[in-house]
Amino acid sequence: MQSRDLAIDVRDLTVAYREKPVLWDIDLSVESGKLMAIVGPNGAGKTTLIKAILGLVKRAAGEVLIYGKPYVRQRNRVAYVPQRGSVDWDFPTNVLDVATMGSYGRLGWIRRPGSAERAIAMDALRKVGMDEYADRQISQLSGGQQQRVFLARALVQDAQVYFMDEPFQGVDAVTERAIIALLRQLKDAGRTVIVVHHDLQTVPEYFDSVLLLNIRRIAVGPVSEVFTEDNLRLTYGGRVGFVQSAVRSAADAK
Amino acid sequence: MIEQLFSDYTVRTIALGSGILGIVSGALGSFAVLRQQSLLGDAISHAALPGIVIAYLLTGSKAPLVLMLGAAVAGGAASAAVIAIARSTRVKFDTALGIALSVFFGFGLVLLTALQKRPDATQAGLSNFLFGQASALVEKDVLTMGVLGMAALLIVLLAWKEFKISTFDPEFGRAMGFPVGGIEFVLTSLFVVAIVIGLQTVGVVLMSAMLIGPAAAARQWTNRLAGMVSLAAIFGAVSGVAGAVWSATGQSLPTGPLIVLSMGVLTVVSFLLAPARGLVWRSLRDWRNGRQLRLEAVLIDLYTLASQHERVDHPHAQAVLDLMANPIRGTSRSLTALAERGLARQIGPNLWALTAAGVARAQTLVQERFGGIGNHGA
Repeated sequence: MQSRDLAIDVRDLTVAYREKPVLWDIDLSVESGKLMAIVGPNGAGKTTLIKAILGLVKRAAGEVLIYGKPYVRQRNRVAYVPQRGSVDWDFPTNVLDVATMGSYGRLGWIRRPGSAERAIAMDALRKVGMDEYADRQISQLSGGQQQRVFLARALVQDAQVYFMDEPFQGVDAVTERAIIALLRQLKDAGRTVIVVHHDLQTVPEYFDSVLLLNIRRIAVGPVSEVFTEDNLRLTYGGRVGFVQSAVRSAADAK
Repeated sequence: MIEQLFSDYTVRTIALGSGILGIVSGALGSFAVLRQQSLLGDAISHAALPGIVIAYLLTGSKAPLVLMLGAAVAGGAASAAVIAIARSTRVKFDTALGIALSVFFGFGLVLLTALQKRPDATQAGLSNFLFGQASALVEKDVLTMGVLGMAALLIVLLAWKEFKISTFDPEFGRAMGFPVGGIEFVLTSLFVVAIVIGLQTVGVVLMSAMLIGPAAAARQWTNRLAGMVSLAAIFGAVSGVAGAVWSATGQSLPTGPLIVLSMGVLTVVSFLLAPARGLVWRSLRDWRNGRQLRLEAVLIDLYTLASQHERVDHPHAQAVLDLMANPIRGTSRSLTALAERGLARQIGPNLWALTAAGVARAQTLVQERFGGIGNHGA
C-alpha cells in the first residue's frame, strides 16, 4: 500500500502537558474510506489525539500527514466536529448561520458568505433533518439538535476526512440514527471518518475499524480482528467486569 | 429648551463626543460580553491611569493623543499581563484580572499623588481622568475620538466573520486555519481603543460600564450578532447624548456618571421589558403556565370524581376538590375560571359539576397525559 492512499498517516505522535505524557508514541495509518472509532477510558487521550492531528494542541514529537502532506496544507480536505459542550449555545445566532460557518475556511480572509454558501448550508441542514429549524435561535435546540447542527457545519466543509469528537454524547435516539445514516453515506462516498466513541456495545454495529487507545496505542485494525476481550482488558485495565459485559453484548449484537 | 441646548456649541461638542464613545464602546463591548471578558475592560481602563501620568511625565504634554497613547500602552500591557498570568499559571482569569486591575490602578494613584505635590500647576487636570471631565472636550478631541472610533468600527466590519468564529468557536476557527490567537489580539487591541476614546469623558473608574452595559442590554432584544452589535452601538450613543444633555440642563452635575446612569436605566429597562428574555414577560409566562396547569388539574379532579357516578354532571363539594388539589391555594379561582370558559358550573353553594364541554375537554386531557403511560403498563 502506497502512502498516497493513506487518508491519515500519524507517526511517533507524542503529546505532553507539562511533564506528563498524554499521548505516547502513536502510530496510526488510516486508509481512505474507513469508518473508524477511537475508544478508550477517560483520560486515554482520545480528544487530544484528534486535536493534535488538527494542530489544536502542541505536539512534543511526531508527524501528521493527510493524504501524504502536512495538515496545514490540507486543511480544506479536513472537517472537524468538536464536542458539543465546547461552545456557548446562548451565542446570538441561528442554526443556518452556524452551519454556514463551515464555509469560512474555504472563503479565507475578509470575504463574507453569500447566497451560494447559505444554499450549501441549507442543503447540509436538510441532510441532518434540521432544515425546518434554520431560523431557530441555537439556545432553543435540544442536545441532539445541537449535535446535528455541528454535523451540518462539518458537511458544509465538504472534506475528504472527518474528525468527530463524541457525536453520540447525550443525544436522543432520532439523532443517533441520523448520525449513523450520515456516517454510512460519508463512507459510501469514499470519505474517511474518525469518531471518538464512548459506547463499546455499538462499536461492531457502527464501525468497520477501531483504534484502542490508552495513552499508548493498544491495538488498531478491523473491528472483527482487534475488538477482542483481551485487547479491551489491556485498554481499560482493571475494569474487567465492565469489559466482559461490553464484549458479550457486542457479540450478541453480531 | 432642548433645541437651545443643541445650538450651544459646547453642549453640541460634548454630546457629539459622548455619542461617538457610546457607539464605539457599545459595538466592541458586544464582543467583550460574548467572550465572557466583560471585566477585561475594567482592568484595561483602570490600568490606563498610570499610562496617562507616565505619558505626561515623559512628554510634558497634555495633548489628548499623547495621553491616549500612554493609556493605550498601559491598558495593552495590563491585558497582556492578565492573559499571560491566566495562561501560564494556575491562577484563574478573574483572579488575574483583579491582580492587574488593582496593581496598575494603585500605581497610577501613587504617581498622580506624587505629581500633585509638585509646586508647578501644569499637571492640573490629570486627576480629571479618574471620573472624566466632558466639559473639557473641545472640537479637536472629538475629531480624534471620531477618527480612532471609525477606524476601529471599520476593522470590525472587515473582520466580522473572523471575529464571529473566534468568539463563538475558536477551536473550530483554528482548525480551519484562522490564526485565532492573532485575531483575539486585534480584538483586545480594539477594546483598548474603545476604552481610551472614552477616558477623558467618562474616566477610568466608570469606563468599563460603557463597554458592558449597552451590550448586555442589547442582548436582551435580539438573537443575532449583527443585531446585538448595532443595537449596543445605538444604546451607547443614546446614553452618551442623554448624559451630556442631562448634565447641561441640571445643576452642573458631572457628565461621565450621568452617561453611565442613563445607560443603567436603559439596561434595567431591557432586563425587565425585553420580549422573550425580559424578566417581566418571563414571569408573566410562568404565571400563565402555572394557572393553566392548576386549572387543568381541577378539571381532571372533577372528572375523576364524576366518573365514579352514573351521571358525569354529578355535582361535588368544593371541599373535596380542595383536598385533592393544592391545599394552600385552594380551588376557588380555578373553578371560577373554568365556569367562565363554560367547562364547569356552580350547582349550589360550594357545589360544582362539569358541563358537557368540560367532560370532553377533561377526556382529551386525560388521554393526552395518561393514555400513553397506561398503554406502556399493559
